[in-house]
Amino acid sequence: MRPRWRAHPVLCLRAERVSAMETGFVEIRNLHKHFGEVRAVDGVDLSIKEGELLVLLGPSGCGKTTLMRMIAGLEVPTAGQILIGGEEVDEDVPPRARGVAMVFQSYALYPHKTAYDNIAFPLQAAGMAPAAIRGRVQGAAKRFSIGHLLGRRPRQLSGGERQRVALSRAVVRDPKVFLFDEPLSNLDAQLRAIARYELKELQRELGTTTVYVTHDQVEAMGLGDRIAVMNQGKVRQVGTPQHVYDHPADTFVATFLGSPPMNLLEQDAHTILGFRPESFVPRQDIPAGTDAAVFQFKVRQVEYLGADRLIYGAVDTPHRAGQTVIADLPVTITTPVAEGRAYEFAVPRRALRHFDAATGLARDRGAA
Amino acid sequence: MALPREARRPFSTSVAPLRRRTLADREDWLGRLMLAPALVYVVALVGVPFALALALAFSSARSGSLEFSWVGLRNFWTILPDPQFHRALWNTLRFTLVSQALVIVLAVTAAHVLSAAFVGRRLVRFLLLLPWAAPVALAAIGWTWIFDSTFSVINWTMLWLGLTKRWLYWFGEPQLATAAIIIVHVWRMFPFATVITLAGMSAIPQEISEAAVIDGAGFWRRFFQVNLPLLLPIITVAVLFGVVFTSTDLSVVYLLTRGGPYNSTHVLSSLAFQRGIFGGDLGQGAAVALFLLPVLVVVAILMLRTARRAEVGA
Ligand SMILES: Nc1ncnc2c1ncn2[C@@H]1O[C@H](COP(=O)(O)OP(=O)(O)O)[C@@H](O)[C@H]1O
Ligand SMILES: [Mg+2]
Repeated sequence: MRPRWRAHPVLCLRAERVSAMETGFVEIRNLHKHFGEVRAVDGVDLSIKEGELLVLLGPSGCGKTTLMRMIAGLEVPTAGQILIGGEEVDEDVPPRARGVAMVFQSYALYPHKTAYDNIAFPLQAAGMAPAAIRGRVQGAAKRFSIGHLLGRRPRQLSGGERQRVALSRAVVRDPKVFLFDEPLSNLDAQLRAIARYELKELQRELGTTTVYVTHDQVEAMGLGDRIAVMNQGKVRQVGTPQHVYDHPADTFVATFLGSPPMNLLEQDAHTILGFRPESFVPRQDIPAGTDAAVFQFKVRQVEYLGADRLIYGAVDTPHRAGQTVIADLPVTITTPVAEGRAYEFAVPRRALRHFDAATGLARDRGAA
Repeated sequence: MALPREARRPFSTSVAPLRRRTLADREDWLGRLMLAPALVYVVALVGVPFALALALAFSSARSGSLEFSWVGLRNFWTILPDPQFHRALWNTLRFTLVSQALVIVLAVTAAHVLSAAFVGRRLVRFLLLLPWAAPVALAAIGWTWIFDSTFSVINWTMLWLGLTKRWLYWFGEPQLATAAIIIVHVWRMFPFATVITLAGMSAIPQEISEAAVIDGAGFWRRFFQVNLPLLLPIITVAVLFGVVFTSTDLSVVYLLTRGGPYNSTHVLSSLAFQRGIFGGDLGQGAAVALFLLPVLVVVAILMLRTARRAEVGA
């Protein structure tokens, strides 16, 4: 049996600090899940801090859901370890003993139960008294403004309302860890922006450790305290949104984050040069004295998007001619740019990134 | 550049034939044509005999004679006070209800076992379907031996296990004969119900069961509060089929006990067969056979209605 730290406030405090700082609240060590030949999760190490919102970001099929299902206990790892709150959870620890709540992409509401009974279900399963359940359910429903919908069945609810019922069901029993699997992907764009804001607010208020899965980089950047970018079963980079955006660890991360993605130029046989479209501007719009790399930019097409202009064109390097590049000019840059003509464009040197042509890995990794 | 006239011609003429409607375009006629074989089949093999049965029930027709005269409700007045008819009616209800209750429990259990992944699942599924596919006469011979007054393996087994102290004469005592008939009925019906239930289970999104697992529900709570309610519509359909099949079935009773001992195990259909074919009183046989029709119609309507109401929407 583990010592009961909670009986002693000072010890308790120290125990928490140790777990938060040194090991992370959810620890994933060399985790594998193979389905026959398919390596859905292929050696993942991840440390999720107590109270943080970590976003798992990656293209469809890269193993995000599988990783999350292993944390929840729905899937048994092929190899590796998972620790929650410092304790290893292996196949002998069933989902209900892990203290995790999950919101599925499809919400997975019980279709035959009312919203009330859906939310109450985890509490009933925990053996809570009906009176206490009522208080909790109504509290959760009030938080998500669905109090007036509690008598309805899922099919009588709109997509946004279902999503709120699913969130209420996850929140109501006060879990140790939230697992969200693309909970917003079934909402339309407008609702999604609102729901994203509300979700972040909720997570901050509750301070519950959260793993949030998405393939949408805007969602990931907006929500995550940190982002773990995944591809083909592996975590490519973990860091704050800003860091991952500014210092991508490899060319995959560089092109997966950002819309339009980072421009990649073959500089020579060994080096790929990377820069963000918004760093690529007409030379005269760069403050004088800035150390910048200058390119001849042959403009092919210009798109006016209201807040900015997207300029598609080509750039030559000594290594290869005619490499496609996109520039993203904000409305504040008014320099006229016409299709079919060439201009001098420049990138501040501090915005340039260098990648190894053979491995795709960043050369200047970790540079500030 | 202008094309020569001839060059354009084939194009414009080739359009014309396509603009005439063929049969394939005329959905109203095509539909009727394609439904016709099914309709002929139903009318010839179900409709005509049914109409004949209706007519016979109100007539004094006898086998072996061409005489036919209307007698109104006389056949019904004859059978209504008949104790043997009462017995058959009661047996029909009892067989149907008891066997269906057992079938549901067995089918849901079997479906849960079969939906789990284990080695040899395909073989078990195949074996499970056998009773349903086996010809009833063949099966009945097997079961007659299983319940045989001298060789019954059930008796051996039960004696050996100490479940009974005396030798059981399955077809010699009304209680045991009834039990035997129910056992065979259940054996015949439950594979079909299992397959239907399995189909229903595969229609339940896996994530819903998983959500219940994560929500901390144990096996029984998941079963009674999530899986079973979601299966209810499909189980209702299985029961509807089962009720209609069992309450109109003649073969098991006829092949196992022929209504004996002392006419104690007759059901309506076997009694109708006895009265109408062996007894030659076609009118009375038809009246007995038709007696359950209104009840079955009501049962069918009720069950379809429950099935629709319980229907699960996403
Ligand atoms: N139960 C399974 N059986 C076989 N392959 C699976 C199974 N679950 C997932 N996969 C495969 O594993 C890979 C990762 O799937 P998934 O974790 O769902 O990706 P994501 O959630 O990132 O879209 C995919 O190639 C998928 O086809
Ligand atoms: Mg997924």
